[in-house]
Amino acid sequence: MPKILDQRRLVPNLHLLEVHAPDLVRKCRPGQFVIIMPDERGERIPLSIADWDETRGSVTAVFLVVGTSTRKLAALKAGDEVPVFVGPLGRPSEIEAFGTVVLAAGCFGIGALWPAARALKAAGNRVIALIDAKAEHLVYWKDRYQSVCDKVLFSSRDHALASKDFIPRPLEEVLRAEAPVARVISVGCTYLMYACARVTKPLGIKTIVSLNPIMVDGTGMCGACRCTAAGKTKFACVDGPDFDAHQVDWDELFLRRKSYFDDEIRSICHYEETELP
Amino acid sequence: MAEDKKELSPELKEQLRAEFDRDWRKDLRKALPVKDRMKLGRQKMPEREAGVRNRDFKEVNIGLTPEMAQEEARRCLDCSNPQCITGCPVCIDIPSFVKLVEKGEFLEAAWKLKETNCLPAICGRVCPQESQCEEVCTMRKAGGAPVAIGNLERFAADFERLSGSLRIPPPPPPSGKKAAVIGAGPAGLTVAGDLAKLGHSVTVFEALHESGGVLIYGIPEFRLPKSILKAEVDYLKRLGVEIRTNFVVGLTATIDDLRNEGYEAFFIGSGAGLPNFMKIPGENLVGVYSANEYLTRVNLMRAFAFPDYDTPVFKAKTAAVIGGGNVAMDSVRTAKRLGAERAVIVYRRSRTEMPARTEEIHHAEEEGIEFQLLTTPIRYTGDEQGRLRTMECQKMGLGEPDASGRRRPVPIEGSEYTMEVDLVVCAIGQSPNPLIPQTTPGLKMGKWGNVEVDWATMATSLPGVYAGGDIIRGGATVILAMGDARIAAAQMDRYLRR
Repeated sequence: MPKILDQRRLVPNLHLLEVHAPDLVRKCRPGQFVIIMPDERGERIPLSIADWDETRGSVTAVFLVVGTSTRKLAALKAGDEVPVFVGPLGRPSEIEAFGTVVLAAGCFGIGALWPAARALKAAGNRVIALIDAKAEHLVYWKDRYQSVCDKVLFSSRDHALASKDFIPRPLEEVLRAEAPVARVISVGCTYLMYACARVTKPLGIKTIVSLNPIMVDGTGMCGACRCTAAGKTKFACVDGPDFDAHQVDWDELFLRRKSYFDDEIRSICHYEETELP
Repeated sequence: MAEDKKELSPELKEQLRAEFDRDWRKDLRKALPVKDRMKLGRQKMPEREAGVRNRDFKEVNIGLTPEMAQEEARRCLDCSNPQCITGCPVCIDIPSFVKLVEKGEFLEAAWKLKETNCLPAICGRVCPQESQCEEVCTMRKAGGAPVAIGNLERFAADFERLSGSLRIPPPPPPSGKKAAVIGAGPAGLTVAGDLAKLGHSVTVFEALHESGGVLIYGIPEFRLPKSILKAEVDYLKRLGVEIRTNFVVGLTATIDDLRNEGYEAFFIGSGAGLPNFMKIPGENLVGVYSANEYLTRVNLMRAFAFPDYDTPVFKAKTAAVIGGGNVAMDSVRTAKRLGAERAVIVYRRSRTEMPARTEEIHHAEEEGIEFQLLTTPIRYTGDEQGRLRTMECQKMGLGEPDASGRRRPVPIEGSEYTMEVDLVVCAIGQSPNPLIPQTTPGLKMGKWGNVEVDWATMATSLPGVYAGGDIIRGGATVILAMGDARIAAAQMDRYLRR
């Protein structure tokens, strides 16, 4: 079974997980994801790939601690094993010389967008990162982004890093200042991606988002992850996870992501009652 | 598409003849005259009471007792020209194993089965025998009930498993050749077993975390207990088959990557991915599942035990399952077991055209499943939370036969009605999984996204690459997949020894 090499908190509620997965590491590309199952009774959940290391034979993901599965992941220690760590799944992100690319990332998306930042720079793009966090102490991997990006900007709610603002207005400012921007890639919580899409649509800037619907098998078999893009039903696991943000039916995605809200609460209560010391 | 009932090869005919002419078979035939055998009634499979079993997931059928099995085996006339074998996609020597049961040599019967079929306890449970071996049984042609071949197969396989005398054939001389099997479903497992018995080193690559494919994620515990699947997979492992789970060929490694690792022959048995939907309004509401998702949650992820297991599944007051096949029956009976007050099959044609096995339809009826036939959903509506609330249906009439030979359903104008539902499971088939086709350059595809093969050899357009099961058929049965697999395995053996 795949062994955990590292599991630690990056910032409050956001954790890094590095798993020994020599089978996967050769094939990882920016924008892909893995399916992980924390233990034999766990759920299969998708996590975006945040990094990989061929010499260590490892794949890294960053996740937000929110429900039972991610709490279980956050309790893993180096040396522990997980029954499922499979991938790399999904289609890789398009990486080409586009010109100027703005990356709008928040939450686990800061980790998830890192491979694309690195690859886009290597492909010859001018890469500008706009990192959103509620407060300065919630920003991670700032150094990494600064090591490859032409500019790293922040939006936060605490004045410490930038103006006190959520991502839309800072994004709009960047897009105007850096015009022409060839492409925006946004990864993070659904609301952040939706908010970015709303900014870029009137400006006519191609925007890619990495959708995060509920999944089960992750290989096209079950159809749990269906979402609507350009009026057609798509399976995020094999048709995505990257989609054109301006074609996504966001209302449907928000509702489908909440499908099991009551069960999730029940599951956490059960977990706390039965499995926590 | 290949025919199910086929001409047997001359070698096989010769083999069967030799078995037929054995002294013990002659003695057995003499022991009871045909006319007396024909008077015997078919043994009824004992099953758990409908009102009890529809509340749990334990197996419905209990299995024949040894006495019942022998009595049933006596009904077999041991015909000189047995038709049953022509009805079996994997050509099991049916008369030989049935006569061994009659003789009381149950272990030998199981071993006889395993000469041609590595998974008899599974086939004895899930094969549609009534439209295969039993359909062409002489007893049936003579106007009686066919010999219960499926029940006997199950009996012999179970007897061996429970006896603890599992026989592993002596290891063949190693060929030194490596074969890769993609997908640990019924087709892949069959190929793996056949190739291992021929001395090849076989690795099965499975995307999910458990082996079995549709046998683990699709077919419910009450029809095929997981412990039985596990025992049959363990048997393959003891034959030397290596199974690598959590490995998605196409993504974790491509067929070309595996070629570079020394694999020479390949079998693609990646099955049906991509569940089909009807493309009607409201299908993405919360509460509308594909059958694959619904059954995967319950079977593979054990959502019936939520929250002890973390994966949830919607419980319904009224569950509607769209479709009339075995998957629809599995889904609707699952919904009933998860507590639905009403569990309803909605099928656009009539009872006669239903593709599900007679036994499954019968079991479903006993368990209190409702059937709304000649009916199709045309729209779903939900509440402000996006949750399914109602299903609008339309009644259908039957017109002229279509390409499948079944009468085409025709909507009846003005027959629309609405029913309240809180769960819909769409069980209207699936398309082949796209991952291998997308990642294997040069692999020739058919117009439905299926891998194209030469039906005589199961060879694809790429050298050394064979395919079978739902990836070529789009959505068939376990035994048809296994039939493809047997043909492919024989060809792969020839290819590896070329």
